[in-house]
Amino acid sequence: MAKAEEGTDWAGLLIKVRDRQDKAAFAQLFRHFAPRVKGFLMKSGAGAALAEECAQDVMATLWQKAHLFDPARASVSTWVYTIARNKRIDALRKDRRAEPEELDWGPEPEPDQAEVMEAQEDTERLGQALAQLPAKQRALIERAFYGELSHSEIAAETGLPLGTIKSRIRLALDKLRHHMT
Amino acid sequence: MTIRHHLSDQLLMAYAAGQLPEAFNLVVATHVSLCDECRSRLGAFDAVGGALMEEIDEIAMGEAALEAALSRIEGLPQATRAEPLKPAGIFPAPLADYIGGDLSAVRWQRIGGGVKQAILPTGPDASARLLYIPAGKAVPDHGHRGMELTLVLQGAFADDNARFDRGDVEIADEDLEHTPVALAGQDCICLAATDAPLRFRSMLPRLAQPLFRI
Ligand SMILES: [Zn+2]
Repeated sequence: MAKAEEGTDWAGLLIKVRDRQDKAAFAQLFRHFAPRVKGFLMKSGAGAALAEECAQDVMATLWQKAHLFDPARASVSTWVYTIARNKRIDALRKDRRAEPEELDWGPEPEPDQAEVMEAQEDTERLGQALAQLPAKQRALIERAFYGELSHSEIAAETGLPLGTIKSRIRLALDKLRHHMT
Repeated sequence: MTIRHHLSDQLLMAYAAGQLPEAFNLVVATHVSLCDECRSRLGAFDAVGGALMEEIDEIAMGEAALEAALSRIEGLPQATRAEPLKPAGIFPAPLADYIGGDLSAVRWQRIGGGVKQAILPTGPDASARLLYIPAGKAVPDHGHRGMELTLVLQGAFADDNARFDRGDVEIADEDLEHTPVALAGQDCICLAATDAPLRFRSMLPRLAQPLFRI
């Protein structure tokens, strides 16, 4: 199949997985994300076999928990990242990780296409901003997210424009709360 | 509910990166459950992980990986949206999970002066406990080593500088020495986590500490 990279509507594919158990959509997500998850886990110190197995688990979780994905709050990449991170904690640290209460109750929200686009564009813009950071600063962020820094070594001053992303998520949450009550 | 004392960027980023000790994860997850402001800030840090995921060097999956995945999901039920699992009590879901219920499920241990605590089972890098401080009573005077997070779940406490109500989290480091007091009206219940043993000044001799695992 053609390389469907730039401009692929990942959120749309995941919603097809969620609403129609669409296997073709799942396969497209798998081809894109599984090798990235495997790369992430190997950078985090997993061997190839463990990373492959965990990447399979991550993709199975994506299938099973698709209903928890809120395209107004996160891009698919971000959501996949959080699943992969939790898998890493499970597999490499064997810690239990408390997760915030899910906000998935109430009627199925119809995804607002403009919000969905914004969430994906946020991640793309963030990628560009990351690429433009001084090498040293970028390396520090990568090391933090690949699990090479302890919590006291992590400096939250990233130099990345996170304020706009935060505000957008906040709006989406306010809207969701409004629907929930 | 207006929360005035939030998590720091450093804690949220370390949580997003998956690098906090288990006991701190619990405090972060519990606060975020109560605080949409920090949930949004956490979402922004998670997005950094998402952006890195897009840039990362891919490592090819094995030959038959996709077929294996497709046949695996064949037999996997998809979860559906749950009915509101609104916790009825004072503990948000992540904390209720650790305790195995709400307030009535807590196994308190008296530590003197009407103050009670319950140690929660977490990994060894940091410890978490619930504290019960009767209204009007002082939390035993203590200094800190390392970092200590205290999240109010019921009632309120105040020290010389600030007041902390339900949802507020106090972040104390080694420089802080203070005497928090539970405010009148309602007994105060907090979730506290620290990555170093606390040293109580007045209430417990140092020798007694191992006994209480604090
Ligand atoms: Zn907050």
